[in-house]
This record gives sequence, C-alpha cells and structure tokens, in this order.
Amino acid sequence: MLEGLLLGLSTAFTFTNILLVIGGCLIGTFIGMLPGLGPMSIIAIMIPIAITIGDAASALILLSGVYYGAVFGGSTSSILINAPGVASTVATSFDGYPLTRQGKAGKALTVAAISSFAGGTIGAILLLIFAPALASVALLFHSAEYFALMVVGLSAIAAFAGTGQVSKALLMTMLGLIMATVGEGVLFNSARFTMGITDLQSGFGFVTIAMAMFALPEAIYLILDPNRSKAADGGENSEIKELRITRAEAKSITPVIARQSLQGFFIGVLPGAGATIASFLGYAVERNIAPKDEQDQFGKGSIKGVAAPESANNAACTGSFVPLLTLGIPGSGTTAILLGALIALNVSPGPRLMVDEPQIFWAVIISMYLGNLVLLMLNLPLIPYIAKVLAAPRNFLIPFILFFTLMGAYIGQNNATELLLLVGFGVCATILRFADYPLAPLLIGFILGPLLENNFARAMQLYDGVSFVWERPMTLGLLVVAAILIILPSYRARRARIRAQGVADGD
Amino acid sequence: MALDRWIAFIILLICLAYGYTAYFAMDDLLPPILKRSPVWPSSFPKVLSVGAIALALIIVLGLEKAPEKDKTGEITLSNLKQYNYGQALILIGLMIAYALLLRPLGFLASTFLFLVLGSFALGERRYVVMAVVSAIAAGGIWYLVDSVLGIFLRPLPLMMTGG
Repeated sequence: MLEGLLLGLSTAFTFTNILLVIGGCLIGTFIGMLPGLGPMSIIAIMIPIAITIGDAASALILLSGVYYGAVFGGSTSSILINAPGVASTVATSFDGYPLTRQGKAGKALTVAAISSFAGGTIGAILLLIFAPALASVALLFHSAEYFALMVVGLSAIAAFAGTGQVSKALLMTMLGLIMATVGEGVLFNSARFTMGITDLQSGFGFVTIAMAMFALPEAIYLILDPNRSKAADGGENSEIKELRITRAEAKSITPVIARQSLQGFFIGVLPGAGATIASFLGYAVERNIAPKDEQDQFGKGSIKGVAAPESANNAACTGSFVPLLTLGIPGSGTTAILLGALIALNVSPGPRLMVDEPQIFWAVIISMYLGNLVLLMLNLPLIPYIAKVLAAPRNFLIPFILFFTLMGAYIGQNNATELLLLVGFGVCATILRFADYPLAPLLIGFILGPLLENNFARAMQLYDGVSFVWERPMTLGLLVVAAILIILPSYRARRARIRAQGVADGD
Repeated sequence: MALDRWIAFIILLICLAYGYTAYFAMDDLLPPILKRSPVWPSSFPKVLSVGAIALALIIVLGLEKAPEKDKTGEITLSNLKQYNYGQALILIGLMIAYALLLRPLGFLASTFLFLVLGSFALGERRYVVMAVVSAIAAGGIWYLVDSVLGIFLRPLPLMMTGG
C-alpha cells in the first residue's frame, strides 16, 4: 500500500496536476453554485476538456476536483439562498439557511467546509483500506460474475428508488440499456437499431444523454418556475462576514463529523444509495441522538444540522468511488459519468485497474486529499467573492446554462445532430420528470449497457449458451441477490398495505 | 389515465417495435458464419425487450401501487399552465434553431444570437448590456475552446470562409 501511495504522490504532485486540482475545484465550486447545474452536468461539460489533456491520470484528477468543487458549491447555494443545486445538499439547507438568516452565513459555510473536508478525508482513508481488498476479491471474477454483478448493481439502484417507484426505476434502467444497444457494438461490428440514420452509427453520445437527462430538464424547470432559483425572502442577510467558529462549537461537531463520515462512506459504497440518502439519514440520525435541548435547535439553525449532512454526503461521494474503481460499476449518476469518461480515455475501471494502471488509482486517491485541502484552504476564503455569481440575473443565467449544455454535447462530438438529439431527449426527460420517473437509472443503464452486454456475450461464448447461470455458483448467487433486491421492496409495500387495510377493516 | 401510465404505454410501443426488430428483422441480415456463434447481435436486445415490455405492462396496468404523494408546489402536466411554459417552448425552439444554424452561421454569430434572443425571451430589455455580455461570452468561449483547448469551432459563417 505504501508503494502505491508513493506512486500516487509522485503522479499527483506534479505542477500541472496540482494546478488541475485547484482549477477543477474552483470551476466546480463556481458552476456548482448556479441553480440547474449539478455535479453531473458540470462533469459532463468538463469531459471534452479533460480528454484534451490526454493523460488519463491528469484528466481524472481534474474531474474529481470538479466533482468536489461542485458538491461544495451546491452546499454554498443551499446555505446562502436556500436553493440546493443538487438533492444531496437539500438536508444542508434545513439548518444552513436559518443560520444565514440569523446573519451567521460565514459560520455555516465554515462548518460546511470543515465537515466536507473531514468527511472527504475520512472517506478517502477508508477507500484506501477497502478498495484494494475488494479489488483482490474481484480479480477472481469471470465475465459471468461480472454480468451478474452488474445486474445486482442495477437492481440495487432500482430497489433504492422508493416505494411505488421500483418498476419505474427498473423500466428506466431497461430503457437506458436499450438505448445503449443503438449503433455499432464492440463485439459485433454491425450497426444495430440505427433506423438507417448514419449519424446514429456510433450510437448516442453519453455526454449528450447525461446532459439531456439532468442539465436540460433542470434548466427547463428553472424557466417554468421563476421562484425556483430564488430564496424565499430575497435572502438579504446572505452577506458573509464572520467565518470563524468557536472552540466549543468545534468540540460539539467533532463527534457528529466522525460518526457521519463513517456512516456516509458505507452508504455511499452501496449502489443506488449515494450521497442524497447518506445526507438525509445523517441528518435524521444526528437529530435523534442529540440531547433534548439541542434537538429543538435542528431546523432552526443548528451547526450540528449542517455538519451532519455535509460530512455524510462528502464521505458518501468518496464511498461511491469504491464500486467504480474496484468493480467498474457506478453506483450513482455522477460516478456513471466518470465511468463514461474513463472509457473515453481508454481506461477500463475494474479490479485490473489497480494491477495494470496503479498510477491512475493512486493518483485519484491522492487527488481526493488534495481536492479536499484546496476546498478548505482556498475556496473557503474566496467564498464571499465566488458567491457573487449568485447575484447574476436569471434572464442572463438561463440562456448561459442552456448554452453550456449545448456546448458540452457539441464539443465532444462536433456534430450538430447531437444537439438535436440533446434537445429531443431533454424534452422527453422533462416529461418523464413530470411523471415522477427517476432519470439516474436510465443514465446508469445507458453507460453500463455495453459492459453488461460484452460480459453477457463472453460468458455465453465460453459456456456455449446460458448454462453459466447455473454452472457457476457465484453467478447464480449474485443473480438471486438481484432478484431479492427487486422483489423485496414491493413485497414489503404490499404487506404493509394489506396490514393497513386490515386495521381499517377492523375499525 | 395518469401521465405516468400514458408514458409507460408509449414506452411499451417503443419496446414492442424494438422487440419485433430484435426477434424478426435482425437475424436475417446475419452472415451464416456468425449464426454458429451461441450469441448473436440480437441476443441481448431480445432479453431486454422482454424485460422492458413486462415492466411497461406492470406500470400501464397499475400493478405496483404508489403511495399518494403531496404534489403541491411541484410542476406537473396538469398545473403547467400556471408556469411560464411559453417561455420554455421559445427557448427550446431557440436551441433547435441553434443546432440547425451553428454550421451555416458559424459559432460567433449563432452563439451571439442565441444568448441575445434567449435573454430577450426571458424578459430582458437592457439591449446594450445584452449585446455586450453576449458578444464577450461568444468571443471569449470561442477563444477558450479553439485556442486553449485546441478544438476547432468554425467561427464565421460558411459563405465567408468559402466552406
């Protein structure tokens, strides 16, 4: 491990790479604050830029910097104007925004930055411990197990979608997989499902799909509802003054941060759970175990209420790198986009990554420490200036968000058809959002599609049919787990409903 | 029928067409040598289409009951009229126009027009500010993408550069 760390240090600590982390964090924070552009969209926009760098380690360092910056930027806008850019920072606004209204915005931001730093750093240490162990187990996997493992990952994402949403999430996953089969496959050189359109020969661009699923619907929502990006009461108190926190405050949030970093990390490792669930759960747990007098403070401006979701969501972000780097399976929309970026850079994530290209793995881990440090040392003092972007008038902001979305799709492909596809899919995604269909499963399915099919096809070829399902116990076991994951939530919901009906009848 | 079930119905139709192609149209084009392989280009799509059709049917028939959600304050198709749907349609139209005009008009002109018309559609009337901001943005981003990143973007209209 020490060897790997040194390798990572030597890769990450070059002048260019340090500059990339700093630049990435700044850009991420800056754009992450804007309503409508969450980490997923920002990373998608940055991918063509990262690819031009050429070196995979540097590109990934830049993208992870952007990721941390964007998460931090999202927290900033939830604290300052009660407009969380992403779902994972919604819990931060519960107490962060009340603090701002009491004139303590600086304090809230400092607590958020320290908690994020601690959460991210503790997460990175855990990643350091768990990833190599998991990867060595995963090295025993064959294509049949990989196929099964991906099925488990996709089922878990659907299972976490919530009651009454499982079939919708699964359908979206299927749709994503179906969209991935359009164009020439890696295994078969014939074009499929292109309907005779030559521009579809190489399939849909994943940046295009990512933009269409997230950036565009959010921008359309912003246009539809002018109040969406504004604070409830104008947010006049949002001036940032005192950034310092007292010793007593630091003491009171330390155990919160420690607990939530651990809990957040392990939730982040699970596919589908991710930073949003980690932050809400972290907030709920801390409120429940707080002493009575502090419990009443939650929701009215408790610093513990800022520290809990912030440390949890950053630790979860780091945790979500575990399945990505060791198994090549993304557990969230953001890591799915990172997986797409890795594939575009000719890196195949998975257990072999640590053996074949250890410098990439370790450089990413080192860049996580660096990124967290940059956020704490550089972004925090700069926040009062960066936050000026929040004052940008909506009339200018929205056309710019739309323009960046278009550019993100165009630069990668240099093809105007891609823009039409982006707008078409974006409108469809907005309608899907109206009807409560979750969109992350679609993107994850789309990105995992080719990998899933390749492993499926390889296993079929090796076993001359589907017999691998029952001939390999591990494959069978994993597929059973996948089935349980899908059936369990609907079974429990049904049982709860029957019980509720029974009570009603008995009355 | 609620919107989500209508959507599932449309997805069902798409999946039926997809499944039909996978089961009946694709395999005829396969060279005989590939037919000996246990896995065909259509194998995976066949599995997918069955799964997707089943799932779409579950939603269309309403087999999975969703708990009643409080939807106040959320945008749905039925309360869309309270929102600025006209502006949204105009901006979507502008994006389509941008996609179609990017090549013929060149990056600078089409971006400038998109930003100016976009902010105009949203109700901005400070014309000088609009023009200055859009011009700086179009020029600055072109410089960044073209010179710094080295990705070619045709700056000027097609007819001015001779194609």
